[in-house]
Amino acid sequence: MTTHAPTLDTDMPTVPQSCDLAVVGAGPAGLAAAATAARAGLKTLLLDENPGPGGQIYRAITRSPLPEGAVLGPDYWSGSPLARNVTTSQVTYLAQTTVWSLARDLELGISRAGSAYLIRPRRVILATGALERPMPIPGWTLPGVMTAGGAQTLLKSSGLVPEGRLVLAGCGPLLFLLAAQFLEAGVKIAAILDTTAAGAWRAALPEAFDFLTSPYFRKGISLLRKVRAKVKIISGVTALQAEGEGVLRAVSYETASGKGRIEVDTLLLHQGVVPNLNLGNAAGIPTVWDEAQCCFRPDVDGEGTSAIPGLAVAGDGAGIGGALGAAERGKLAALVAIEALKPDAPVLSEKPQVEAALSKVLRGRAFLDRLYRSAEAFRRPSGDTIACRCEEVSAATVRETVKLGCAGPNQLKSFLRTGMGPCQGRMCGLTITELMAQAQGVSQAEIGYYRLRPPVKPITLAELASLPKDESAMKSVERG
Amino acid sequence: MFRRLPEAKGDTVLITVDGKPVTARAQDTVAAALLAAGIDHCRTTPVTGAPRAPYCLMGVCFDCLVVVDGRGNRQGCMVQVADGMRVETQQGKRDIAR
Ligand code: FES
Repeated sequence: MTTHAPTLDTDMPTVPQSCDLAVVGAGPAGLAAAATAARAGLKTLLLDENPGPGGQIYRAITRSPLPEGAVLGPDYWSGSPLARNVTTSQVTYLAQTTVWSLARDLELGISRAGSAYLIRPRRVILATGALERPMPIPGWTLPGVMTAGGAQTLLKSSGLVPEGRLVLAGCGPLLFLLAAQFLEAGVKIAAILDTTAAGAWRAALPEAFDFLTSPYFRKGISLLRKVRAKVKIISGVTALQAEGEGVLRAVSYETASGKGRIEVDTLLLHQGVVPNLNLGNAAGIPTVWDEAQCCFRPDVDGEGTSAIPGLAVAGDGAGIGGALGAAERGKLAALVAIEALKPDAPVLSEKPQVEAALSKVLRGRAFLDRLYRSAEAFRRPSGDTIACRCEEVSAATVRETVKLGCAGPNQLKSFLRTGMGPCQGRMCGLTITELMAQAQGVSQAEIGYYRLRPPVKPITLAELASLPKDESAMKSVERG
Repeated sequence: MFRRLPEAKGDTVLITVDGKPVTARAQDTVAAALLAAGIDHCRTTPVTGAPRAPYCLMGVCFDCLVVVDGRGNRQGCMVQVADGMRVETQQGKRDIAR
């Protein structure tokens, strides 16, 4: 019997026991942070789960099977220099490496090629990025339903596109960007079901000036035009349902003017992105409710600094600011680390430029936040609709349990096992908070988010057994 | 289902899925290879036995769990294919330590 260990190039670096700075995540924030720190001479370690650098936005940037240009567009390919800066630098970059724990004293538990290791860096920057906001509609667990981001990943890293009848549903820039990329690749889209709320344009208007003068405006408008010219867009969608027995057959929808139904093979859902906060949460960084972005984010300051000494969060993982913003925030967090460890490094003089660049690329963000705020109907499911995909818990069950006196998300875990499955609440956390807030008639901030514990990713007993058996290893295992 | 764009380049590798030969590309993850091969679900859930297919493709949802070379509960979207790899779709619960 042959066994395939995760494929790792033999000339890949080994895991060091210590370093000045460990950066978790090789998206724009992590790449920029690592490159900046290495320039200042910090011994820098960059850890990432994927086979190549880029994170989700620049996924497979160094190894995409698609030719540069055309389908994926210039914004995607603009990520190349970020990846190159790291691969040509002194950064020790460990791909296909999972971080499963982070302790308050910054000890990192990682696994790589079937073995686990503990590393003790002097400082840590979490650049764990964003994930798609859950969109719990009836039937969203059916094969054939996928996230728009997931479909985009297949396009970037494998050159795959949906075959058969395709519908995109939801709201947010990514939905239209993906539609434009599909059109460029010759993929037909039967319809886009736009769930942008009816009053959203009016709510966003006060922020319009900043947006109109931002770099996103012209790009956004030309994208919308291109998609509108070729795809039927049904706007003002207030309800969605994926139909089928065991596999997706159709999507039905409602608007103010009535109901509709489209037979489909693939339905791609998207309603914005939210910070992936699991690792920081498990390390003890408090989560705070961000009303403007309608999600939780880690409690860090503008430079990403948390209350835990030496631990920072940069990029979309600290609050959504987009790819360009993420790179600047990565640099900023690195500069803070450099200031602490090498206060006379020349690179520190670049801070004002980074801050200026950051405020420029964040312009217009408030407009997008208001315009594409996920409508309540798509955040607060009802009836049989599954809220927790791992444990198959419905919205109705969550509501009933709240009525029985269950006060918060952490207590709900022990009643329903929500958030206890392998996804560790990443797919249900926001939905659970929304449902509990609604049932109790209070704000999401009052309900709060799951308090998570390591391991934040499943780790096998065999991997744990490979840890060195000293005292700290034993402690770490107990914590796990 | 999914199809490969003609402009996508890359070497071909051969894997098996539930014993049947499937051609994939070297850059593919197991989840991508299954979707490209028209395999409509990769597991059934432990609770109700409902079929699931890869949903997020970024390691978050765990709906892509499969058995790879005899080891269960592997995230298909996070594992790269390799020539000769044996993939099995996963029915219900698997012992996490396997
Ligand atoms: S498809 Fe979501 S974890 Fe693999």
